[in-house]
Amino acid sequence: MTKVLIFAEHLGTGLNASAREAIFFGRSLADAMGGELATVLLGPGSEVAAKEAIACGASQAFTFGDPVIKEYHVETYLHAICVADEQYNADIVVLPFNRKGKDLIGRLATRLCAAAITEVIDFKVEENNPRWVRPIYGDKAYGVYTANRQKVVVGIRPKSQEQAVANQDLTGTIIPLNEKIPEDIVVARLVEKIEASLSGVRLEDARIIVSGGRGLGGTEGFEDVKALADVLGGAVGATRAACDAGWVASSLQVGQTGAVVAPDLYIAVCISGASQHLSGITNAKTVVAINNDSEAPIFKRANLGVVADYKTVLPALINELKKKLGITI
Amino acid sequence: MHIVVCLKQVLDPELPPRYFKIDPETNRPEDGGSDMVMDSYAENALETAIQLRDHLGDSKVTALCLGNDLSEVVLRRALAFTADQAVRVWEDDWEDQELDGQVVGHILAQTIKKLGDVDMVLTGYQASDIEEGLVGPVIAEELKIPCITLVSNLSVINNTVTAIIDGEDGIEKIEVPTPAVFTVLSSETNVPRLPKVKDIRLSRNKSIEEYEADDLDLDPQRCQPAVTLEHVYVPNRDVACEVVPGEDGAELADGLARRLAELKVL
Repeated sequence: MTKVLIFAEHLGTGLNASAREAIFFGRSLADAMGGELATVLLGPGSEVAAKEAIACGASQAFTFGDPVIKEYHVETYLHAICVADEQYNADIVVLPFNRKGKDLIGRLATRLCAAAITEVIDFKVEENNPRWVRPIYGDKAYGVYTANRQKVVVGIRPKSQEQAVANQDLTGTIIPLNEKIPEDIVVARLVEKIEASLSGVRLEDARIIVSGGRGLGGTEGFEDVKALADVLGGAVGATRAACDAGWVASSLQVGQTGAVVAPDLYIAVCISGASQHLSGITNAKTVVAINNDSEAPIFKRANLGVVADYKTVLPALINELKKKLGITI
Repeated sequence: MHIVVCLKQVLDPELPPRYFKIDPETNRPEDGGSDMVMDSYAENALETAIQLRDHLGDSKVTALCLGNDLSEVVLRRALAFTADQAVRVWEDDWEDQELDGQVVGHILAQTIKKLGDVDMVLTGYQASDIEEGLVGPVIAEELKIPCITLVSNLSVINNTVTAIIDGEDGIEKIEVPTPAVFTVLSSETNVPRLPKVKDIRLSRNKSIEEYEADDLDLDPQRCQPAVTLEHVYVPNRDVACEVVPGEDGAELADGLARRLAELKVL
């Protein structure tokens, strides 16, 4: 029987969104293969999250309460996931390919002598063998992969899955792992958090995002973008080109390298639509493009397009929306 | 300080989607007459390495590339960036295999071991072709040294490296002792230089060291591809774009705001 192990992140009070996505993916996979599903949860609050993971469809939940893993360190996390896998011996280990996943997956696969497949968005099961689907070449194509090793570590692309929903009728076993995690394996130390965000809304969580690209020409152009985002109660995003130019903080970058987002509304201002950027908005619901080049690739992705100089449109749009939304500033 | 920077050659990612085609025989993209270029994050890593060397003094940069003789272009470019040494590792048998990130990571790690006395290994964070994002972490695991991912800036004082990284909730400053691996992002501080004409000329005459499988302590098992690309397809994701009509900014803004309200996305 195929055994699937999910590394499920949690907030101390319950699973986070990427964990629920991973569990959704793992549950569908285990069902398609007639297999079983377990999760591993690390740090304080693991018990609460473990109960939620079971309600979401895991039949076993390994928990590590060791205070050493209170803070995230790649070495302790790797160690703990390996200990859980020693107990469970999974065929497939699933992690979100988010910030932590980017640290963990290559190392974990090497340590477990497993195959690694990242950025996975879907799977197909043929003759009880899973095939993994992932975008390649900047989302210009999709590749279908099989793993050549007994064990496989799968990194799923953030926002590519639905979120598992808890069903309190489901039952499972919580298995606390009491192994002491050696503290001296931690070598890298966080010395400072340098927060950088133009607006108060986190990009990944934003329902509305207004993003600017190279065509804005500088920091001034971003003032209009920010004003529009403020009116809509949304977050500000940017392309790699705009971030590299130093016009805005790199933490605002939307795209394959930066944040992968899935807002209800994405307004792209002066963004040409390079595939690197578009792969970050694959799951945006409504995309609006404002660009004076009617040939720009963004118009092939946008649901609504305005072909014009942003300078003539944005101030008028901000006023129009203020009226519509009843904002009186 | 000995800094090794791992470089990858990729199909020019600027190739517009309409020219992008997959050869069904090989599952590889047709080059469509466009160039093979140095992967852009690898180029950011190279720029970071060169700046670091020049700042530190008494240091050297080795450019390392796994690839057939076509990838010499990438190493020549690195030499034109003033890398001190260029190393190419290749085996003809590898031509027909799809070397995935894990295999590449293993081979590069063994090459780095062979080079000896390496303090820092820099890679691009994720290449623009297959986009696995595995090579850096795999090298680190193979060499049993730390790996710091998504690095936008590096500085070194007394064998302690300070890295500015894109953390989970924003920008973070991390300290780590050498040796360590760093996967590099683009930032305003590592915009690749335009090599000087003199350096380009000099780079042509520099030798490139070549390693083959036999020169390295490779594990045959780890050289077997971990994954197989069975099939590639190009999806059609074009959306029918509704162009908002209007003569001037006010009309366009009015039309757009109305449509947004009708679509209930505000």
